Amino acid sequence: MRLVLIFCIGLIFGLGIVISGMANPAKVLNFFDIAGTWDPSLAFVMGGALAVTGLGYRVVFGRGEPVFGGRFHLPLSAQIDARLVAGSALFGVGWGMAGFCPGGALPALGTGIADVFIFTGALIVGILGAKTLQARGFGRAFH
Amino acid sequence: MFETAFTPWQSLGGGLLIGTSAVLLMLVSGRVMGATGVLAGLVAPVSRADATWRLVLLLGMLTAPLVYLLITGRMPEVSVPVSTPMLILGGLVVGVGVTFGGGCTSGHGVCGIARLSPRSIVATLVFMASCIATVFVIRHVIGG
Repeated sequence: MRLVLIFCIGLIFGLGIVISGMANPAKVLNFFDIAGTWDPSLAFVMGGALAVTGLGYRVVFGRGEPVFGGRFHLPLSAQIDARLVAGSALFGVGWGMAGFCPGGALPALGTGIADVFIFTGALIVGILGAKTLQARGFGRAFH
Repeated sequence: MFETAFTPWQSLGGGLLIGTSAVLLMLVSGRVMGATGVLAGLVAPVSRADATWRLVLLLGMLTAPLVYLLITGRMPEVSVPVSTPMLILGGLVVGVGVTFGGGCTSGHGVCGIARLSPRSIVATLVFMASCIATVFVIRHVIGG
């Protein structure tokens, strides 16, 4: 039952991504191209998503625990360190190069378009490479 | 570089759905709806049960274009205006960045900011700014 619900949640997320235009690099890159062919649509994605999540989270956290028990898994760290800033800066660079962010690419895999698989393959290599570096202690010096 | 149509209502509707999925995942499983976390937990799993829900969530996401096709009669538009080497390099850089940064647009930009996490607010401002700068350099400095 829980997994059926999770499948539906993934589907809702994916529909939101493809309807909003987040899965379309041409649109995403135009959102960031303020000096050129600017398309402000994606500000509405962020606005809509934040309004629902901001209100919804308040209600959900008010329950004390998730429906199927357990606890809310939230990041514990509140520290703003160089690793967070450098990593996020790199993410923005890559997003500006490719036009896909991870959340935009995953649902778009379902279209079967080769470019999405090429991006996602490189994304996975990047994630695994960075995890290997982290396991060897790289980045700890940033703290 | 070409124009794309301004679609405020469609984008707002998509955003409302993204928010709805984030709230439901927290309600059902107590988890953050972050694409980076979902993918990283699949390619580098910590346990079988943990990988299972991530895989099911991903399968739901992958089904979305098909459902979109059934409803609208066409596939969602995915046009990639960059070269394949740029796409690969961008993918690698995104992978490294989101791993060190601890999240992406969905995890930090939506779920993190929704609970007013200072880390997520900083991360989102930084990646939006660096993305704008990157697009500017590629399109108007190098390309211009």
